[in-house]
Amino acid sequence: MPRQAGRSLRRLESHAKVTGTVEYVHNLELPGMLHGKIFRSTVPHARLARVDVAAARTAPGVEQVITGQDVLSIIPDPYYGPAFHDQPILALEKVRFAGEPVAIVLAADPYAAQAALDLIEVEYEELPAVYNEVEAALKGAPLVHDKLRPGSMFADLIHVRPRSGSNVHVDYRVRRGDVEEAFRASERVFEDTFHTPAVAAAPLEPIVTVAEPGGSGPLTIHSATQNPSFVRGELARLLGWPENRVRVRTAFLGGGFGGKQYIKLEALAAASTLLAQRPVKISLTMDEQFVTITRHASTIRMKTGVSADGRILARECEIWWNGGAYADIGPRVTQKAGFTSAGPYDIENVSIDSYAVYTNLPPAGALRGFGVPQVNWAHETQGDRIARELGMDPLEFRLKNLLRNGRPQASGTILQDSGTEEVTKEVASAMRWAEPLDCGTGTTRRGRGVALAIKAGVTPTTSVAIVTLAGDGSCTVYAGTVDVGQGSQTVLAQIAAEGLALRAEEVRVIHPDTDATPYDMGSVGSRSTFHMGLAIQGATEQVSRQLIEMAAPVLGADAADLELYDGSVVARGRGDAEISFRELMATRFGKNTGTLVGSGSFTASYDTPDPDTGQSDDVAVFWMIGAVGAEVTVDTETGKVMVQRLVNVADVGKAINPLLVSTQLSGGALLQFGYAMSEEMRFEEGQLVNSGLAQYKIPTMLDMPKSVEVVLVEVPHRNGPLGAKGMGETGTLAVSAAIGNAVFDALGVQVKELPLTPERVLRAIRAGAGRPLED
Amino acid sequence: MEQLRIRFLLNGEEVEAGVAPVENLVQALRRCFHLYGGRESCGQGICGTCTVIVNGRAVSGCLYLAVLAEGTEVVTVEGLSAGGRLHPVQEAFISCSAFQCGFCTPGMILMSTQLLEENPDPTDQQIRHYLSGNLCRCGAYPEILQAVKTAAQALASQK
Ligand code: FES
Ligand code: FES
Repeated sequence: MPRQAGRSLRRLESHAKVTGTVEYVHNLELPGMLHGKIFRSTVPHARLARVDVAAARTAPGVEQVITGQDVLSIIPDPYYGPAFHDQPILALEKVRFAGEPVAIVLAADPYAAQAALDLIEVEYEELPAVYNEVEAALKGAPLVHDKLRPGSMFADLIHVRPRSGSNVHVDYRVRRGDVEEAFRASERVFEDTFHTPAVAAAPLEPIVTVAEPGGSGPLTIHSATQNPSFVRGELARLLGWPENRVRVRTAFLGGGFGGKQYIKLEALAAASTLLAQRPVKISLTMDEQFVTITRHASTIRMKTGVSADGRILARECEIWWNGGAYADIGPRVTQKAGFTSAGPYDIENVSIDSYAVYTNLPPAGALRGFGVPQVNWAHETQGDRIARELGMDPLEFRLKNLLRNGRPQASGTILQDSGTEEVTKEVASAMRWAEPLDCGTGTTRRGRGVALAIKAGVTPTTSVAIVTLAGDGSCTVYAGTVDVGQGSQTVLAQIAAEGLALRAEEVRVIHPDTDATPYDMGSVGSRSTFHMGLAIQGATEQVSRQLIEMAAPVLGADAADLELYDGSVVARGRGDAEISFRELMATRFGKNTGTLVGSGSFTASYDTPDPDTGQSDDVAVFWMIGAVGAEVTVDTETGKVMVQRLVNVADVGKAINPLLVSTQLSGGALLQFGYAMSEEMRFEEGQLVNSGLAQYKIPTMLDMPKSVEVVLVEVPHRNGPLGAKGMGETGTLAVSAAIGNAVFDALGVQVKELPLTPERVLRAIRAGAGRPLED
Repeated sequence: MEQLRIRFLLNGEEVEAGVAPVENLVQALRRCFHLYGGRESCGQGICGTCTVIVNGRAVSGCLYLAVLAEGTEVVTVEGLSAGGRLHPVQEAFISCSAFQCGFCTPGMILMSTQLLEENPDPTDQQIRHYLSGNLCRCGAYPEILQAVKTAAQALASQK
């Protein structure tokens, strides 16, 4: 029987996916179900003078219309969110962004609900609004929130210090060494400002929740969420109920990418079902997803001092995160992306200020990388400018400054078990960096670039798992990990199978259902294989121990001589004395009855950073280390960039499923490729002008780079399951900068703002040639 | 909801349904026949997750009014594997792991099937072009390209 870890097993649910029969919450219909359609604010910032739903209430087919005032009757304090409790289920006194939910219409016929939205009348008293993150952070800017409402659900966020009387609601800092002194000692000092726009996760299964009132049973929430346990806790908190009266379950998700993290529609669905006492489904349209959650637009000022021989002596980063109207998980983005914003480099003097800023735009949250793709764009783009101006090879410059194992990262935490050198070496060889590149002639220029990435695995978080054996010896895993498409059900089955010497195909991993699956922090931040993997290992060890204890007297052997093999307990060195799990279960419980239960849990360690310096001995459960290489051609007459090769190198610790690991890396790279090349949410006076896929272009197969390559590096993690570490985001972090650096190599001019649209590139070419294009 | 009766051939079987004038074909297939392979995502004819075959041509089910299906022949992904045997394109999508979340997959498979009927031996560029109206947000494009080529070979060797 082959080892289960390391097998390139195809997704266990493959058949259901190619026949269209796979289960998504998107498909769920319940008897007596109502459809909810949301009435949204049309203005970015206003006091609600009047919300008149009388006509909508009497419209044909409408069962109920709910406003913020109605929600108060069952949830007196209806503010939710993972970091701050700042987002009302439906707007109360004011609206803070165009698109904010103000009321919901419930009807059995979704068209009737939709039609009734036109009958709702709202009178707004408009307020001054603010959209830009740097302007919003200034004194005197219009305040989006008069009062801050910090939350308490996550240990790593309890220590963020909210700031009142400003749109800056979190102000996170790192101080290491003395940057001012080091800038004075530097041969050259470089200062640049970078921008990234708001972008959309846009999973193809739009965000959807179905809620059932439950009667005497629990309130039941079927939701396409990446965080079922968090949703349960948050709904229980809102309702003032114990958690065991709320049940949250998921199915397969049609993509998530962070857009389905924490709590999205669930509180509104819960309030609706409790008020209507009927099942309620809220299924967003693609356009509505765009105003539900975005990736933070950012402005990043980076100042770097270097010695004449190219050592980075000091780096100062100042980052403004455009959080939109509600914090969502922005405070974690601010903190986690903040402390790696100086890059994977060994720098003695670092100063980082990272500000979460409220604006009157749709809320921003997590999107594959928790802010790291934005800061990576800044430090890796500036890195190439420094190298070029010092006359150094960009790879050599990086190697010279590389953060290596045993050395402190900017937070003070020592880097360990990380393949920074290995990924750099691999990307150089995959890109044939030592060989010269043909730079092209005439109007077609070629260039290549690399970028390195570092991201800290979020800590401290917990996963708990239960593993059972049924009377027939078959194994079931109860894990709260959500399969958003990454293949977690398959990989977790492999880990359980490895522990019990079964084939992964024989193991069943159930979908999260908080009535059955124990707590898991969520399928976020590349944490599932590591955390849930360790929890499952703990659980299978318990089951395995029980099996061996049961078998010892039956086989007349010492427990120490027994091992599991292919569904049986086998006595080593005793001929072929063995007993199958099924027979063993029968000796204990009787034929085909009974259950063996094992449980395991893992909570990562953490040392709370010093609030003034950000210094901590233990701030990352593992480090995600990657390198990307890109080769491009640029048409100098149109500014059009074509990516010919995109090489993604990632340190995955140990690839438990090399196939799924590779495809997740290339998939992550292609998502980021869209953010690098074309995707940008455009707002005018707070109104999104390009929502939906007709106007907001995501990459098609025709756009994708000619060649997409993945190289796996395996530097085992000392605590990881079989040495594995998280990698779901590793492939995405450095893509934009690698492409940007290739464009720089091709043209000799740099673009500091994403995405690299033909217009932006052409403007840079023309500005570089002293013939700037008119606005 | 005002109902109009329509009759059509669905995956080889004669069927009848009562649909609303505003209802599109994907919604009707879900509501009346519990066929969930077609999915509405963008609702604008951009993403192709709602692809169904009507009279031998792939259409965006989100923009195709259900009433227009009257008298037509409709094939959905569920009809491809009729009789329990997967179509070679489905087989190839599995063997090449040409999906992650699977939400785009039925549309991709139907479109690939139509491509290979029209052009049994497409080049990479022809595949990219033909499938450019089907979006995959998970970024499984490299594997999808491979799957179409693998299916082309399998279909060629069947002949
Ligand atoms: S849902 Fe029909 S094309 Fe997107
Ligand atoms: S597999 Fe998820 S959208 Fe294509």
